[in-house]
Amino acid sequence: MKTPASIFKTFFLTELFVGLWVTLRQFAFRPNVTILYPEEKTPQSPRFRGLHAQRRYPNGQERCIACKLCEAVCPALAITIESDVSEDGTRRTTRYDIDLFKCIYCGFCEEACPVDAIVETRIHEYHMENRGENIMTKDKLLAIGERYEAMIAADKAADARYR
Amino acid sequence: MNLVPEFAANLLAFLPEWIQAIVWYGVVAVVLFVSVILVMAFLTLAERRVIGSMQARIGPNRVGPGGVLQPFADVLKLMLKEIIIPSRSSKFLYLVAPLLALIPALATWAVVPLWPGFTVADIDAALLYILALTSAGVYGVVLAGWATNSKYAFLGAMRAAAQMIAYEIAMGFALVGVVMAAGSLNLGAIIEAQRGGVFSYFVWWLLPLFVVYFISGVAETNRAPFDVVEGESEIVAGHHVEYSGMAFAVFFVAEYVNMILIAALTSVFFFGGWLSPFEGYPVPAWLAAPSFFWFFAKISFFLFCFLWFRATFPRYRYDQIMRLGWKVFIPVTLVWIAVEAVFLIYKIGPWAP
Repeated sequence: MKTPASIFKTFFLTELFVGLWVTLRQFAFRPNVTILYPEEKTPQSPRFRGLHAQRRYPNGQERCIACKLCEAVCPALAITIESDVSEDGTRRTTRYDIDLFKCIYCGFCEEACPVDAIVETRIHEYHMENRGENIMTKDKLLAIGERYEAMIAADKAADARYR
Repeated sequence: MNLVPEFAANLLAFLPEWIQAIVWYGVVAVVLFVSVILVMAFLTLAERRVIGSMQARIGPNRVGPGGVLQPFADVLKLMLKEIIIPSRSSKFLYLVAPLLALIPALATWAVVPLWPGFTVADIDAALLYILALTSAGVYGVVLAGWATNSKYAFLGAMRAAAQMIAYEIAMGFALVGVVMAAGSLNLGAIIEAQRGGVFSYFVWWLLPLFVVYFISGVAETNRAPFDVVEGESEIVAGHHVEYSGMAFAVFFVAEYVNMILIAALTSVFFFGGWLSPFEGYPVPAWLAAPSFFWFFAKISFFLFCFLWFRATFPRYRYDQIMRLGWKVFIPVTLVWIAVEAVFLIYKIGPWAP
C-alpha cells in the first residue's frame, strides 16, 4: 500500500540521500583504519601464538624431558618425538620435529609442557623457500629459542600472573 | 570569419590560410586530447582514493608520493599485456570497436566552452552535435559485444543499447528544457544566459530536469549504480569480457572521458559553466570573474559525485533501470517542460525579458 509519505520518500530520494551521507561522513570526518603494514604494525599480545621455539635453562641445559605430552595433545598430529637416554643419564629427545604445514597454532603443546620447553613465539613473519623447510627440527627450534630467549622470557613473565 | 587567432596567424604567416587553420586546429586538438587524457588518468587515481576513503581504506599510495604515479604504472602494465583476439571473433570489428567508443567521447570536447571566449569549434548547433555524438558512443559497445562472439559480451551489448535508448530520451527532453530557457543551441550562449551569480543558474528553475539529466548521465556512462552493462556478478564484464591490454584500456579511457564530459555538460547546462557563482556579489574581482577555474571546480564536483554514487549505491536490477528510465524520468521531464512552457509564456522566472 503506497501512502503519500512513501510516495514522497520515493520521489525525493530521501533514502538515497541518507545513504550518501553515510559514505560522505566516512570520507570527510572519519579516519581510515588501514595499517601501512611494513611500516606500521598492529599491537600484539604477549600470548601471540606464532613460530615455535624450544628453550634452555640458564645453565644451557635443554628444558625438554621427552615426556611427549605435547605430541599426545597435538590435535593436528604435527609433532613427532623420539627419545633415548643421553650421555649424562637423563632422558632426552633424539628427534623433535614440528611440521608447520600440519600445525594449527592452537598453543596446546605450550599449555601441556610441564617444563615450559616448547613455546610459541611472537614471530609470525617467516616463510619457506624449499620443500622440507616446513619441518622444524630440534636444532632449528633450539636455535630460535636461543636467539629470542629475552623476548620469550619477557612474554612468559607478562602472562605469568594469569595462569 | 577569422579561424586562426592573431598570434598563431603571425607565427604561421608563411603558410596559406587554409593550411594555417589545419595546423592551428591540429595543435589545439592535440593539446585538448592530452589534457583530457591526463585528467582522465588522475580521475582513475582519484576514484580509487575517494572510494577507498569512503570505505575506511587508503587506496593506492605506493607509486610516487601519495600514489600520484599510479595511473602511469597502470598504463605501463596494460601496454605490456598481450591483446587477446578470440579466434571465432570478427577481428576487424573487434579491434575497431574500442576506437568507436573512444572517438565520439573525445570529439564531443570540441564544442565544450572551456573558458570565456574559447571553444575549439564554436558551432551554433552544438547541443545537437553533443546529442548525436554521445549516442554514437554506444556503437562501440554494441560492436564490441557482437564482434567478440560471446554470449556474455552480447548480453552486455544488448543491455547497453537498451539502456542507452531509454536514457537518451530522458536526457534529450531535459536538454529541451535547457534550450527553452536559454533560447539557443550554442553552449556559449547557454552559459551567457545564466549570467548573474549562483541564483541565476538554470538548476534552480530546472531542478527536476537537472536531477533527471545527471542521473541519466550516470546511466549513459554505464557507471554504478547503472553498470549492469558490465554487471560482473551476472555477465562477467559485459562487452569487454574478452578485451585485454590496450584494447581494454581504450574502453576504459572512453568510459572515463565520457564521465568527465557528462560532468562538464552538466555544469554548462545547469551550473553556468565557466561563470563565477559570486558574480555580482561583493567579493574580490578575481573571484567574481568568469574563468576556467570555476569550470574546472564544477567539473571536479560532479566527478566526485560520480565516485560518491559508486561508493554508495548497490547496482540496480535491470528491470528497475528500464522502469526508471521509461516510466519515471520521461514523464517527469515532460511534465516539467510543460510547466516551464507556462512559466515562459507568462514571463515568470529568469527568462523574463
